[in-house]
Amino acid sequence: MNPFTKRFMQNKTIVVCGIILALIALAAMFAPLIAPHDPTEMFQENRLESSSSNFLFGTDQFGRDLLSRIIYGARVSLIVGISSVLISVVFGTIFGLVAGYFGRWLDSVIMRCMDILFAFPEILLALAIVAALGPGTWNTILAIGIVNIPIFTRTVRGAVLSVKNLEYVESARAIGAKTGRILFLEIFPNVTAPLLVQGSLAISGAILTESALSFLGLGIQPPDPSWGGMISEARRYMELAPGMIVWPSVAMTITILAFNLFGDAIRDILDPRHRGK
Amino acid sequence: MTEPLLEVKGLRKLFPGTGGPLGKKGFVRAVDGVDLTIYPGETVSIVGESGCGKSTTGRCILRLIEPTEGEILFQGKDLTKLNQAELRGMRRDMQLVFQDPFASLNPRKTIRQILLDPLQIHGIGTAAERRKQVEEMIEIVGLTKQHLDRYPHEFSGGQRQRIGIARALILRPKLIIADEPVSALDVSIQAQVLNLLQDLQKEFQLTYLFISHDLSVVRHISDRVAVMYLGKVVEVAEKNKLYEAPQHPYTKALLSAVPVPNPDYRKQRIILEGDLPSPANPPTGCTFHPRCPSCMDICQTAAPRLQEKEAGHLVSCHLE
Repeated sequence: MNPFTKRFMQNKTIVVCGIILALIALAAMFAPLIAPHDPTEMFQENRLESSSSNFLFGTDQFGRDLLSRIIYGARVSLIVGISSVLISVVFGTIFGLVAGYFGRWLDSVIMRCMDILFAFPEILLALAIVAALGPGTWNTILAIGIVNIPIFTRTVRGAVLSVKNLEYVESARAIGAKTGRILFLEIFPNVTAPLLVQGSLAISGAILTESALSFLGLGIQPPDPSWGGMISEARRYMELAPGMIVWPSVAMTITILAFNLFGDAIRDILDPRHRGK
Repeated sequence: MTEPLLEVKGLRKLFPGTGGPLGKKGFVRAVDGVDLTIYPGETVSIVGESGCGKSTTGRCILRLIEPTEGEILFQGKDLTKLNQAELRGMRRDMQLVFQDPFASLNPRKTIRQILLDPLQIHGIGTAAERRKQVEEMIEIVGLTKQHLDRYPHEFSGGQRQRIGIARALILRPKLIIADEPVSALDVSIQAQVLNLLQDLQKEFQLTYLFISHDLSVVRHISDRVAVMYLGKVVEVAEKNKLYEAPQHPYTKALLSAVPVPNPDYRKQRIILEGDLPSPANPPTGCTFHPRCPSCMDICQTAAPRLQEKEAGHLVSCHLE
């Protein structure tokens, strides 16, 4: 086993969270094989039932199987969470590196644009973008991705500012390295730690934003299941069938917690200074 | 006489001042007309107190900071006229050793990668040759091959400085600018690193521009010494001449502050009055006149030029 994998395996948080995330991902991928029922199939006789051997988590107001809907909902949450954060990370990193390294007017222009995006409440901006583009999975991803760009730009820019005047960057210039090499080989590796933490936080944030959008009816469209949409529907039946709100919330909590802890642990492992401690 | 390796003429670096909230005012004269000549194989030191512009001078020579004015002739070629691509090519011949061994090595890279970088950037040799060169170089600076796959944080200050020296040397440069290379190290380690620098100088025919504020270190390593005050060179001379017969009042005051390891020795300390004036607003005439113990009328109006008082001994002072 190479030393990197070994360190990976020795970290309990990473192993536990990794297993949880892997299980969720597998469940999402193989949803049609695992789910006991079709997530949109309505069993009219079994509406608002609690747990039984046929419906492990019970059913909703249309008699749809909650377990199956949660499993399919994981697909939406993971796809939205990861894809939208990828969009934000890519653009945020590029903007942040450029703004931080080159400074001057480029920095001002980029950061003022980010301030404008930042000035809107996250949900409001996402709502506006989705309203403009129309609802749907990919538009939701795009909207959440755009909303999160400023956070990553700021994170990266701040980290760049803290390292760009260090002597090893100067030494790379003294050796004759070109700007691209300095940005990506000297500065970027020293920016990954805050980026990873921010990234894992943003994945959970994106899952939450998607839920909120779906809750408001602008995210994933019914009858497709998403955790946010399920919670939204459940609120009217909370007293009759508490399982309807409990199970999707539990699924969401576990996923978000796993992403956050995973991100923290990865940051510790990637930092050479933390090794062997 | 041999051709100089490096000739600096009228080097000036003005930083825009950070004035009040209503726009920028004036300039900070970090380096204000420095002339300096360095011959191949010698060690020239620049000494001076904090903020006198010695580090800025070093960085301007390498164009890590763009000089405002002046010529930098390296082997007869004016570095200030080169474009970025030509400059990158020239960087092979001149390298920098840094003051802070903790900030000068990228914490995310192994030592092997740090030493390979310069070779890769300049496209030197094949992968196998580079590997071999890196392994040779790490041994030349007194570490071993086993150290190559470790990260900077696993080394002590002295070891890191050796790695910094190895990185500077691997391109086989002609000129090394050492910016306070030992001031961050323990005294016992300082001597080791200084001796290493001297050994390497013989082995690779290096020329050093040594920037320091430590007069004992400078005396140990230099051939010639230039004293800087407020962005200007006030005195240049052979090491022994400068230490035994300083001409400029500032040099005299500096030297009188060097501690002598003899408890019975009572010497005359020259205590300078006042603080170092701000380089944003330097005094008129000779910039040293407000603190000079032998200030004359002319000093307040006319700035003295750096003139040869004896062979090889240049002083910038109105005193005869």
